[in-house]
Amino acid sequence: MPPNPELIRIENLSKEYRNGPQSVQVLHDIKLSIGAGEFVAIMGPSGSGKSTFMNILGCLDTPSSGRYFLNGRDVSTLASDELANLRNATLGFVFQGFNLLKRASALENVALPLLYADIGVAARTQRALALLEQIGLEARRDARPNELSGGQQQRVAIARALANNPQIILADEPTGNLDSHTSQEIMAIFSRLNQERGITIVLVTHEADIARYAKRLVRFVDGKIVHDGAVDV
Amino acid sequence: MKLRDITAESWHAMTMNRLRTGLTMLGMIIGVGAVVLMLAIGQGAQTTVNDSIASMGSNLFIVLSGASTSGGLRFGAGSAPTLTVGDASAIASLATIAQATPVYPGNAQLAYAANNWSTLVSGVGTSYTDIRNWRVEAGRDFDESDLRSSARVVLLGKTVASKLFGNENPVGKTLRIKNSPFLVIGLLEAKGQSLDGRDQDDSALIPVTTAQTKLFGNPFPGTVRYIMAQGKTAESMKDAQQEMTQLLRQRHRLGANAEDDFSIRDLTAMAQAAAGSAKAMSLMLGAIASISLLVGGIGIMNIMLVSVTERTREIGLRMAIGARRRDILLQFLLEAMILCIIGGLVGDMIGIGGAWLVSAMSEMQVVVTLWSILLSFLFSATIGIFFGYYPARRAATLKPVEALRYE
Repeated sequence: MPPNPELIRIENLSKEYRNGPQSVQVLHDIKLSIGAGEFVAIMGPSGSGKSTFMNILGCLDTPSSGRYFLNGRDVSTLASDELANLRNATLGFVFQGFNLLKRASALENVALPLLYADIGVAARTQRALALLEQIGLEARRDARPNELSGGQQQRVAIARALANNPQIILADEPTGNLDSHTSQEIMAIFSRLNQERGITIVLVTHEADIARYAKRLVRFVDGKIVHDGAVDV
Repeated sequence: MKLRDITAESWHAMTMNRLRTGLTMLGMIIGVGAVVLMLAIGQGAQTTVNDSIASMGSNLFIVLSGASTSGGLRFGAGSAPTLTVGDASAIASLATIAQATPVYPGNAQLAYAANNWSTLVSGVGTSYTDIRNWRVEAGRDFDESDLRSSARVVLLGKTVASKLFGNENPVGKTLRIKNSPFLVIGLLEAKGQSLDGRDQDDSALIPVTTAQTKLFGNPFPGTVRYIMAQGKTAESMKDAQQEMTQLLRQRHRLGANAEDDFSIRDLTAMAQAAAGSAKAMSLMLGAIASISLLVGGIGIMNIMLVSVTERTREIGLRMAIGARRRDILLQFLLEAMILCIIGGLVGDMIGIGGAWLVSAMSEMQVVVTLWSILLSFLFSATIGIFFGYYPARRAATLKPVEALRYE
């Protein structure tokens, strides 16, 4: 059991995809608990179910059976609007492909979650500027994603994930599209967020040297957890 | 999320892709413009017809004398001189008839100074101008003494006056009709075209007695070509027609089996028919234009569907960072509505401009009414909601995880 108060508890979670008469079981009876302030890396070969697991953790997808408690609240049965609110305020996403709005500036991209949190336009701009400053990109506030380097784009995406002060950041292969030097920079930001601000980070990765930034490793094989403990790579 | 913010997002998305937005709007602009223009043309035609009906006079009957038969040949209506001035006064005294006047028309050459002009000269009674709702603009109308004395006096229509007198005031001048001197006592106001397109102002009026005895001569003294009568009310037109028929049969001493030696036409019915066809035309024009509006709406739906597909990942991302289904639905719905509303406004302006152009470049009367603008505008907004809803709903019901993964 983690030392800190429990933030995430997964009980007997399964996920299967039905395609006509065939069904594919992606996750088998997963049990997992993550405490507040942990830094967890999830590894596993392609098709092992780690991305599906991340989607369920991120309330983007719902489990076929089992339960998912977030802050002690069962979210596996919540309506779509409540899930949207969780994604907006409690969770922050960082994707491999950055997923920035192509036609919006860096500032507008960072401000987007604030828009869905019903924050006024002046406060939105102010907060988004502060976030850009934290990642050292305040000078590029009006740049479109295609005018930014990969590392800069990912930093904008991290600022966006931080917009509503989330408790958890879910990062799905955040360094997958970056060179090793930039990857180190991005991972340094995650480490800092985890250590200085106590934000829980769950990160999916293929690379051992990325996983080493985490303090705990969960390894998936064929939809099952085969390792949960120290980072032994 | 506030409506204002969603509207701003929709607007942002539209301004980001100006070409697509403009092309989509074009369908709406053409549709709304066509509706406004077509309705304006239809309304103009209706107004033209209604104006000529009003200029004809209301509740009008024309009583024509009957057909004559000679050696087995039957001539047309009006060829037998059966109607008299006496018939006209008898008709005028009927309870359902307001007034009646005999009319004895003929063509004659008018001359004044160096100018001359051939026109229709009608011998009429004193009530003629009243029945035709035709005011004397300058000078005076006929009075009973003019009729009694078969005075050589004439009222001129606007066209005749300008042909003969130019800018001179004709009242008080003497002109010659068939070489007899006539005193111009009055100038009739402009009346414009009749239903069949004749220029009603190209005519002159003289007392019927003068026409019969002094101008045209008359092989059958006392007879007239036709009688114009005005019913008291629109409702009693049928009764009036019956009473007139009875009265004339009696006065002409026709036996029970004899055919009428006259015929009565209700001009109101003809006018209504003309008005009806003008209305049908304007409805048809409106219907055709509505189809283009509908096609514009379908164009919007197409583009919105493409836009939803194109932006699936964006929708997924918006959902991942907290957009609710309603936010996505509203964003796309508002986008369609803004397209339609702006398209509608521009279309209105183009329709009004087109109507102005048509009326400036042709003789056609064009009337842009406020209701046609409002109607087409409301219609376009409704189309926006109707055709925007389906793509918007499709966007809103996407599963976040599938939308994010969409390639």
